[in-house]
Amino acid sequence: MLRRFFFTVLLGVFPAILADFSHATDVREFVLDNGLKVLLLEDHKSPAVTFQVWYRVGSRNEKDGKSGLAHFLEHMMFKGTPTTKPEEYSRIIAKNGGRSNAFTTSDVTVYFATMSRDKIGIEIELEADRMANALLGESYFEPEKKVIQEERRLRTDDNPGSALSEAAGAVAYMVHPYRRPVIGWMDDIQNLTRQDLVDFYKLYYAPNNAYVVVTGDFSTDEILPKIKAAFEKIPRGAEPPKVRVEEPPQRGERRVILKKEAELPFILMYYHAPNLKSSDSDALDLLSVVLAGGRSSRLYHELVYQKRLARGIDADYSGASIDPTGFSVTAQLMPGKEPAEVEREIDGLLEKIKSELVSERELQKARNQIESSFIFAQDSIFGQAMKIGYYEAAAGWRMMDAYLDGIRRVSREDIRRVAKQYLDRDRRTVGVLLPTKENNP
Amino acid sequence: MTRHELSRMKKIVRALLGCCLIALSAPSAQAGLVPKRSVLDNGMVLLTSEQRTLPMVSVELLLDAGARHDAAGQEGLAHLTARLLTYGTRRHSALQISETLDFIGASLSAGSGYDTASVSMTMLKKDLATGLELLAEVLTSSTFPQEEIDRQKQSVLAAIKAREESPGDIAQRRFAAALYPQSPYGRPVEGTEASVKGLQQKGLREFFERNYRPNRAILSVVGDISHEEITLAFNQAFRSWQKGEPSGGPLIPSSHGAAQTIRVNKALTQANIILGHQGVGRENPDYYAVQVMNYILGGGGFSSRAMDSIRNERGLAYSVYSYFSAERGRGEFQLVMQTKNETAQEAIRIAKEEIRRIREQPVSERELDDAKDYLTGSFPLRLDTNRKVANFLAQVEFFQLGLEYPDRYPDLIRKVTRADIERVAKRYLQPEKLITVIVGNQQKSGEK
Repeated sequence: MLRRFFFTVLLGVFPAILADFSHATDVREFVLDNGLKVLLLEDHKSPAVTFQVWYRVGSRNEKDGKSGLAHFLEHMMFKGTPTTKPEEYSRIIAKNGGRSNAFTTSDVTVYFATMSRDKIGIEIELEADRMANALLGESYFEPEKKVIQEERRLRTDDNPGSALSEAAGAVAYMVHPYRRPVIGWMDDIQNLTRQDLVDFYKLYYAPNNAYVVVTGDFSTDEILPKIKAAFEKIPRGAEPPKVRVEEPPQRGERRVILKKEAELPFILMYYHAPNLKSSDSDALDLLSVVLAGGRSSRLYHELVYQKRLARGIDADYSGASIDPTGFSVTAQLMPGKEPAEVEREIDGLLEKIKSELVSERELQKARNQIESSFIFAQDSIFGQAMKIGYYEAAAGWRMMDAYLDGIRRVSREDIRRVAKQYLDRDRRTVGVLLPTKENNP
Repeated sequence: MTRHELSRMKKIVRALLGCCLIALSAPSAQAGLVPKRSVLDNGMVLLTSEQRTLPMVSVELLLDAGARHDAAGQEGLAHLTARLLTYGTRRHSALQISETLDFIGASLSAGSGYDTASVSMTMLKKDLATGLELLAEVLTSSTFPQEEIDRQKQSVLAAIKAREESPGDIAQRRFAAALYPQSPYGRPVEGTEASVKGLQQKGLREFFERNYRPNRAILSVVGDISHEEITLAFNQAFRSWQKGEPSGGPLIPSSHGAAQTIRVNKALTQANIILGHQGVGRENPDYYAVQVMNYILGGGGFSSRAMDSIRNERGLAYSVYSYFSAERGRGEFQLVMQTKNETAQEAIRIAKEEIRRIREQPVSERELDDAKDYLTGSFPLRLDTNRKVANFLAQVEFFQLGLEYPDRYPDLIRKVTRADIERVAKRYLQPEKLITVIVGNQQKSGEK
């Protein structure tokens, strides 16, 4: 993901989203004649507007041997149109006081800029232009390929944690494209051609396969005509092919060992879990908070604080993905500790939560944490746009509405039930990073 | 992994922008920020900005309790002190504190840099009383229990080990050690294995007693509360916090390391490179011209010369940027990039060429205008969350810029001329003083 270093959701396999939301009820939806959906949320607390174009395409849509294509295209979208010179886009946005970037995940490719109310029209025009007219210039293809390969070295090859995540993802899924890293395998990147990009662009970059999310200090009456004027002239494209791949049920634990130059062992457990279309999604959210939300959570308290087996520990669940996703537990070990011991301890705590009800107070504490982070998240217009965008990709933005109510309805029994159902050792992948000291060259 | 990645990202963003925190981010009257300042009876400076849209309050406290106070051999003392703040007070154990915080869904964290220690808290408005009470408690009555010291020492030792996994961190540490050979600024904030092992309860308590004092503190509060309300609440919660020794002035490094090349051999695919030297202090009147010049050289993201020549033209790096970080009485210049080992020398050569070019040839009018337009135009937009506003106000006070700083800033940038750029480039970019750090596979990244 990552054309631009600001941020990145590289973790195609393990997407990360905080458990919090914007007030969905205030979002307004419009659909242009060409199929482009526009989602607007006014919020006047700071003088900025975030404008984002979300394409419903990511590494999930790639074919074997072409991994990294969606992300490569994202980079090349900055290489100009007949009216905007290569790299000129970023310069124009910056000159107008804005900040811009783009990122790719397994599900989506997103372009965005944050600017002042009086300048945001510039971004709207530029995004519409490159939706229809990107040149993907031949002469920029090879240098950009090198840039992406450097990006891969930086983020994955020289980063033990990411490398483990990539290896585990490739084993957790046998069939589903979530098994591939968003940035692509090094050789695949090497073998991609400009024609691959052109074909991919033609297939997926169309108004009917995209949506716009705008949040911040604008008025709907003012901005909607601007969006229409810029985008409505782009013709509807052919319906892009649907990805219909179902991962066959996992029967038996899978293990990945990665030996790599590093200092501390790292453990990752990835359990298959449903996305937010499932009614179990809210209970899984709460389960992750009970396990690892804050210093008083079960995993943190036992493994980091009391037993000092881990430096840090986390439990992550994000239902905001198009296809079924995962519930993961990750831990970096303290020096001198054995992965097997840490794994046993984690397993012990997971077994406990599968067999005994959490206390009423624990449940209340987890709810409080989710509710306060819900409020805190609204402090950022960018964060709100991201939330709307991810929901829209996965299940429709209206699902956001039901979230807090859903959280409030989850019972202690629900938490035990989903723990039992999904934290099943036969349906998990365990990855272990074993540090080696390579003979330095 | 995810959070790990995110925190690394944040570091990059900080590296990119940290220097320009003040330069690039500022509120303005039209942004609806109406900051207020007062000095409480106990000497603490209080800054507030009322933001009523969300029922939450963000607090940022800066204390003159940073690692610059660590004596040689005691490295890590300020850092460990800050870490232990939330691990036991006269009234509550570490466990009780974390249980309380988690139950209200608030965050409270403390850490230390070289010049200041900081405590950050975010909570819902309805939990303000609980939150402030806890904040007051950790600042006035932390007890540093031996058991918790032992725990946190283990954590710090693990962090010291873990930092060796990050080539960028290794390069930064080596650079600091080379630039500040005889100064706390050249030693890691978290200390070394030996120094951390040697830290004692007595030393921690003394450090806390001496430095965690209201007249050495800047408190910034942003959110659903007025200046008057917060003053009242603070006078109440902090009534037992007594003045101590006042803050000293800035600690100015007496010397800077000479040009040198430092190589760290590691089995990596990329060479992690820093080129840099002494920069300018925040009080230097050339600070603004330097920021504009650096924007053109390597600070301007995708609009910078370094990005153009190293990434866009040649595909040598994914990330390349430069910055002048400016602190009180000191500053540094760095150009940072990563490239595969085999192209390390080429990337260094081109980076040096860009440094030479901006010193020897005037920048174009267009480059200058672009830089100024970005710096001034993005100014009010960058403070788009309460947390950022809280940090900003504390920094404005720390650097004594005055609350009208946001109004002055655009002029400070706009008056920079091409001649200024040429002058500051010649003066503050010093190719003959460059310290070069290369962390990577030395066999592949060395001179051919």
